Amino acid sequence: MKIGVFICYCGENIGRTVDCAAVAEAAGRFPGVVCSIDYKYMCSDPGQNLIKNAIKEHKLDAVVVGSCSPHMHEKTFRKACADAGVNPYLFDMANLREHCSWVHEDIVEGTKKAIDLVRISVERVKKNAPLSPILVPVTKKALVIGGGISGIQASLDIANAGFDVVLVEKEPSIGGHMSQLSETFPTLDCSQCILTPRMVEVYQHPKIKLLTYSEVENVEGFIGNFKVTIRKKARSIDESKCTGCGLCMQKCPIKKKAFNEFEEGLAYRSAVYVPFPQAVPNIPVIDRSICTYYQTGKCQMCVKVCGREAIKFDQEDTIITEDIGAIVVATGYKLYTIDKKPESSEIKGYGEYGYGKYKDVVDGLQFERIASASGPTSGEILRPSDSKVPKKIVFVQCVGSRDESKGFSYCSKICCMYTAKHAMLYKHKVHDGEAYVFYMDIRSGGKGYDEFVRRAIEEDGVKYIRGRVSRIYEENGKYIVKGEDTLAGMPVTIDADMVVLATAMIAQPEAVKLAQTIGMSYDKYGFYNEVHPKLRPVEVSTAGVFLAGACQAPKDIPESVAMASAAASKSLVLFGADYLEREPTVAKVNETICAGCFYCQKVCPYNAIERKEIKDRQGNIVKIIAYVNSGLCQGCGTCNAVCPSKSVELIGFNDEQIYAQINALG
Amino acid sequence: MKVGYYPGCSLTGTGKEYDMSLRKVASLLDVELEELKDWSCCGATSAHATNHLLSVALPARNLIIAKHQKLKELAAPCAACYNRMMVAAHELKTKPEIERQVSDLMGESIPYDLSVINIIELFQKVGKEKIAANVKADLKGIKAACYYGCLLVRPFKITGFDDAEQPESMEELIKAAGAQPVDWNYKLECCGGAHSIAHMEIVVDLSKKIIDDAKLHGADVIIVACPMCHSNLDMRQKAIKKEYPAHGDIPILYLSEFIGLALGLKPKELGLNLHFVDTKSLLEKAEIKG
Repeated sequence: MKIGVFICYCGENIGRTVDCAAVAEAAGRFPGVVCSIDYKYMCSDPGQNLIKNAIKEHKLDAVVVGSCSPHMHEKTFRKACADAGVNPYLFDMANLREHCSWVHEDIVEGTKKAIDLVRISVERVKKNAPLSPILVPVTKKALVIGGGISGIQASLDIANAGFDVVLVEKEPSIGGHMSQLSETFPTLDCSQCILTPRMVEVYQHPKIKLLTYSEVENVEGFIGNFKVTIRKKARSIDESKCTGCGLCMQKCPIKKKAFNEFEEGLAYRSAVYVPFPQAVPNIPVIDRSICTYYQTGKCQMCVKVCGREAIKFDQEDTIITEDIGAIVVATGYKLYTIDKKPESSEIKGYGEYGYGKYKDVVDGLQFERIASASGPTSGEILRPSDSKVPKKIVFVQCVGSRDESKGFSYCSKICCMYTAKHAMLYKHKVHDGEAYVFYMDIRSGGKGYDEFVRRAIEEDGVKYIRGRVSRIYEENGKYIVKGEDTLAGMPVTIDADMVVLATAMIAQPEAVKLAQTIGMSYDKYGFYNEVHPKLRPVEVSTAGVFLAGACQAPKDIPESVAMASAAASKSLVLFGADYLEREPTVAKVNETICAGCFYCQKVCPYNAIERKEIKDRQGNIVKIIAYVNSGLCQGCGTCNAVCPSKSVELIGFNDEQIYAQINALG
Repeated sequence: MKVGYYPGCSLTGTGKEYDMSLRKVASLLDVELEELKDWSCCGATSAHATNHLLSVALPARNLIIAKHQKLKELAAPCAACYNRMMVAAHELKTKPEIERQVSDLMGESIPYDLSVINIIELFQKVGKEKIAANVKADLKGIKAACYYGCLLVRPFKITGFDDAEQPESMEELIKAAGAQPVDWNYKLECCGGAHSIAHMEIVVDLSKKIIDDAKLHGADVIIVACPMCHSNLDMRQKAIKKEYPAHGDIPILYLSEFIGLALGLKPKELGLNLHFVDTKSLLEKAEIKG
């Protein structure tokens, strides 16, 4: 084997503490090395040309570069090798920078160590085998989980690029929290007006298969090749027949048994219902827990009035399986509730604000409904308890958020903005009303955001008080809000008619379950973790799965939409090629000696170990052994380390190669 | 049921009726109260304000006596005593350095398997059912405001008792006694505590707010579980009246006194005649003869 060695100075980075010329000279005398060259910047074009020319001139079989970390330039040099006709895996990199020059001061010792590092690489590369990338076919269809604004945006972007999308939403309609909002900051444009066209577009898009009232049950496989099981819950309505006329809802005699989830409990809904009039699809669902037919077998009023025979009481859940290439997770958030919760729950509630017993102490989403033209009060600001106009209203920010005693130390990010919006909407509708906002800090970073808050204070006369609220209680029909004005250093008491609490955005209650189904990591609050907070913000550790919106952390609409488009573009990158190239450095099982103990399966972090049956000629199972799914394997080597019979080999990092390295130190 | 009993100084002085009523009620409910022999001060108010080691060592001495008497549970009806003992036990358990110093001072180790309980927990151990089964007087027309004050439920991390913001346990006992607890807002507000002596005007102001809110919610009586709360709310109504002539008196009863009335004990046996505010209005409404 003819080996070429190339030593880089990395400017002064290596050159200062390592005598690179001496290293190159020493390496030239190693057995098998036919040429050894030093150069100032080996990663530069002339540097790479040095390698390429040497390969041709000396007919090299393998290349060793002594330079920086493989994280920096392994790809660069592998490509240079490949360009010149050497298999890129017959290349090895000695890290003379991070492992030597940056951490040592003495040039003599440093040079000695550098020579050792290069010798190790030379011995290793002698044992390397030519490898080629693993090609994995890609199913060009995306699964989007969650039909809020993030899921809608991601679905439309992918579908508009010409690829199929399966959009799964657990509620009967898409739209998410955005459909509940009245107006949006900082422009005060109507939320529904900008959202509903998008919802309709999703519904009508030929490339989007919309599955509402459905949940993802299982995800198997790997990037480009997921197999997804979806449970489509029984609506008890034949979707192909229903025209959405709404007669069944009008005539349903059960009117007050269930709170309307869309109205955040401020109104009731019938047993057969659509969440809101603009629902997509506009097909009702029967709530079996309250429907008289399911309780007593009687009623059937909806059947009588339905002209299309669309009511199907005996409809069952259906299980749908889909082959999927990329997954966009956009499951959104939930609001923290101030109610008292069972001890098992991490939510502690707010006893100081009455544990939710006061009707006119509402949360942010409830106020959105009260302020919304389509809401229970048709947009008039009225108290839920007695439908009177509140003349004095208090908004409290950071309820739950930034409050470690309640278990949530993070900032929910959007509350400063929506509270300013709420106070503004209130002042626009109740001209003689007084609005107070208790805040810790105003966090209004964003285009036009701070101007918006200033507008609430300066133009609309909202009174901002810096401080926390210690107690809220009811007295003679007023809500006594006791707080502190920390700027004035005074306690404050306000006898309000209504209080709005900006409660924390928290992870969905089933977020952890979905994370485990898909194989995503999550933080202690249940928000999904991205791979890198700055450079890979929409990817998760499982390849082919992307994040969009508030399931990753609290965020507002513009940010969610931007993230959704990013997740869509990541999916499209995947769909751009017919095959995925995967690193060939994966684990491989020696089938003749594997005893089938499956220790490897227990330790594999990527679920890449499968069971394989070995049969004799008659088709009888002789043994069951481990098999590595090379699509899933990331080449971490954990299985290799635990295998008691040494029957797992990590290609490119096998024992022979490691022993050669150790022996090189002699 | 046998329970250790630590009366503390108040129950031998200003809160004498608390001690009287508790002993009577306990015997009716088959609770044997075994008083600590030669108990000493719990250190409330002064000790923890002056010397931290002393504030732990004083309760520790009483805990050691309880150990010698082989008690598993120690009832401290005074909320301040209860609080000091809980805090001391917590310090000893969580801070090895303090534990070592206090053990050195006392010459022996401090027991950890002893549980200190307050008056509400004592009645909870008896059981709501047992109280209800022994009720003799009909108190269903009586509306009672249960006042917890500051020390019974706080600091919650140490006491771990009920709920620091919306406690309900005393209300449950009042229901068991056949009366109606009222839903009110000042059950945890400060009564002014020891300021009663040095800054009476503070106590007058704070106590008035508490009493006014109880009345606003229709209470006939305020139930307390702390001698300090009792003296501030009971004794200072005279001063409140001087400041606010429109003030109308409201009786303040210890929890044990109120349960005693329900169990058919005579007002005098319970020491109701020792109060500053006349309890007649309550007794008449409940049709109990003095």
